[in-house]
Amino acid sequence: MNIVTRKDTPVLSAQTDTRPPAPKEMEVERVSTFRRVITAIGVQNISLIFAIVLVVAIIGIQNPLFFTVPNLKVIGTAIAIVGLLAVVQTIVIILGALDISVGSIAGLASVTSAMIFTSTSSAAMGVLGAVAIGVVCGLVNGCIIVFGRVNPVIATLATLAAFKGIAQLISDGRAQGYTGADPFFVFLARGTLLGVPTLILVLVLVAVLAHVVLRYTTIGRNIYAVGGNNIASRLGGININRYIIGVYMVTGAVAAIAGILITARTGSGQPISGSEGLELQAITAAALGGAALKGGKGAIAGTILAVILLGVLTNGMTLLGVNTFWQNVAQGTLLVVAVVIQQLRSGERRIGIPG
Amino acid sequence: MTHEPIALRATGITKSFGPVRALRGVELELRSGEVTALMGENGAGKSTLLKILNGDFRPDDGVLSIDGVPTVFGDPADSRAAGLRVIAQEPEIIAAVSVAENIFVGSLGSVAYNRKALLRRTRDELKRWGFDRTIRAESLGSELSPAQRQIVEIMRAVVSKPRIICFDEPTSSLGDDEVTLLFALIRQLQAEGIAVAYVSHRMGEIFKLADRITVLRDGSFVGTQLVAETNHDELVRMMVGRDLSQFFHREPAPLGKTVLELRNVGNQYVDGIDLTVRAGEVVGIAGLVGAGRSELMKTIAGDYPIASGEIVVDDRVWRIRQPADSIRAGIGFAPEERKAEALLLQRSVRDNAALVVLRTLSRWIFVSSRAERALAKTYIDRLRIRTPSAEQLVGNLSGGNQQKVVLARWLATAPKVLLLDEPTRGIDVGAKSEIYAIIDELAHQGVAVIVVSSELPEVLGVSDRIYVMAAGRISGELTRSEASEERILALAMDEDVAA
Repeated sequence: MNIVTRKDTPVLSAQTDTRPPAPKEMEVERVSTFRRVITAIGVQNISLIFAIVLVVAIIGIQNPLFFTVPNLKVIGTAIAIVGLLAVVQTIVIILGALDISVGSIAGLASVTSAMIFTSTSSAAMGVLGAVAIGVVCGLVNGCIIVFGRVNPVIATLATLAAFKGIAQLISDGRAQGYTGADPFFVFLARGTLLGVPTLILVLVLVAVLAHVVLRYTTIGRNIYAVGGNNIASRLGGININRYIIGVYMVTGAVAAIAGILITARTGSGQPISGSEGLELQAITAAALGGAALKGGKGAIAGTILAVILLGVLTNGMTLLGVNTFWQNVAQGTLLVVAVVIQQLRSGERRIGIPG
Repeated sequence: MTHEPIALRATGITKSFGPVRALRGVELELRSGEVTALMGENGAGKSTLLKILNGDFRPDDGVLSIDGVPTVFGDPADSRAAGLRVIAQEPEIIAAVSVAENIFVGSLGSVAYNRKALLRRTRDELKRWGFDRTIRAESLGSELSPAQRQIVEIMRAVVSKPRIICFDEPTSSLGDDEVTLLFALIRQLQAEGIAVAYVSHRMGEIFKLADRITVLRDGSFVGTQLVAETNHDELVRMMVGRDLSQFFHREPAPLGKTVLELRNVGNQYVDGIDLTVRAGEVVGIAGLVGAGRSELMKTIAGDYPIASGEIVVDDRVWRIRQPADSIRAGIGFAPEERKAEALLLQRSVRDNAALVVLRTLSRWIFVSSRAERALAKTYIDRLRIRTPSAEQLVGNLSGGNQQKVVLARWLATAPKVLLLDEPTRGIDVGAKSEIYAIIDELAHQGVAVIVVSSELPEVLGVSDRIYVMAAGRISGELTRSEASEERILALAMDEDVAA
């Protein structure tokens, strides 16, 4: 039955084809190599790299401490946790959804990893237990959205509160356990592999994995397809529900890993501190990195650059002694400016609520 | 007739989008009380010209005069203030409010809001323009069929009493009944001295309606002809710039065994459907808008689950509960709403073509980009998809080429059955005949093809056998030799009997 794709059968017979070779539909200017390089990297990424260079230059000139290796490690470890959440948030956004519960899942995982570790004195059990809880949280999110027909923002807004509450309930609102003496947790928090801090390695590993899946696998391509046009995806035979639930479960798992890193860094399980507000930073980074909230568009590389930019900015302003309140203002301004520039470049007309 | 005053004159209109020249030196005259048809293949620049008239775009060069006074439209409000209305092909309808509010959406604030008066006014207007039996003033926007949405859009324009109205393929979503009403409406507009511009691909309509015809090709002005002084062949020549000696001609293929059989299939949309399609056969499905043709296609494609009956493909009963099941059974489906339901507009031709067969192009979960590029290249060549490369975003292609991408996606699955819902809707003449040739070739290769179409000449030309639907049921079956426009229409309007 493979006749349709057989090479020797022209689909258009000579008899019915009375048209001469295809006319050029439009006149397109010849593209220079320079332009081609720019399109390959992406204008979005180039502007982010440019912004990072600019910030680094300004701060570096004012404070030479900035360029020291210890400080670069500080920046790296500071962005690792939010970076993890930003990477998975990017995947959720490409799928056309949003997960605001990631911070709460991280908090819940932080507490449970420490508590399981304390009662079993096994770091492996603590880690596995926390990841399992993260996966279950993601499953809950996915099921509420798919089977309860609830908008992802509302669904995860609800679980943001609920998961946070559960974390507070089981911990009685206090830090739990002590992991600061366990070699594995210490390795996570302060260890290095080939001179690179473990925290940064975890982020790099997750980011590379996410990038490869999105870019080179059927799973990633279908995620872009579902986010770009869910009806077409459904008619094309993609099981959309499975993708939505699956992506939320993966997001829960990665958020749990972020929670475990919080535990490792602070030496104990933290229900709220260290994780609260991370969801918004993650969304900020994804948006800054070029992911479109309506879905179907975005990439891990952009998100990682945005995470670096935000990390460098925060670190630099701290080094320069800028008040933290002003740091928040700067971050907000950066996001607005970046997105406004993006939107103006897309040439959309300035009417109504943008898509 | 030639002495009617010129209401709108456009001269030397030029417009570029980046490096792409969409229009250059286009001329257009619209005269009061006349219908001027605007013709050209997709990509010829008709839509761009209408968008300029609507104030969406500002031309780079050229002059637009209303009643001899040069004007510049900064935005759509300026165009409306000048008495010009452009009727969108895909109207924006507010789902949560009634037809009445949808029609008067722009002017609700200007009068004290009185729902009763509004409904009364709407009913009067619907009656005046002959649509009172097609659409109800109270219906919600979300309940409207595509035809009714189009009518709401038309009503929006006529109630604002403009002096110039431009229709952009108004009949593409209308059934024959509504088309008749629309023509009456246009005649009425004409009698009231309104200048009408009418964009359409359908020759028959244009010869019935228009007084003169302006033809565009590749963004350039080709010429304006009086209808009385031209003919079908000359227009096609002007549009495509070459002769299309045989517009469409199909040789029936030898028929094989029955590939698709529906036995008493029913669900919330269709009822008691018995239907067979043999290998190599092209079966047409005709019917009025709302007869359930698209719903039947979506039922076979697995998007609407069946409640009763069974679907048999190749002598095997398949339990089809979702599209993936019907794909497994060997069924391919190109839906009517190409952009909304088939294409990933932000993705490349390659991505779109590979969507359904992605797994077969992969090793484990890793997509082989080489296999994918080979697939895209094969179909770009074979279906003559006109695109700069396989990496071009599908959203940038013309309608005909987009449809070919959808076909490529399904041909790649080597389907046993291919369901084509309005395969040539909104597609220019040249691409249409290419699509027909592809259908013919597929039949000769033994594929069982179903074509749903609202254009009777298309159904008659392409089908070996025709089912006519009315009110969710099959109201009749005609062989190629039995079928005629009259017999199809008689069966299609059998609605009362069927219901």
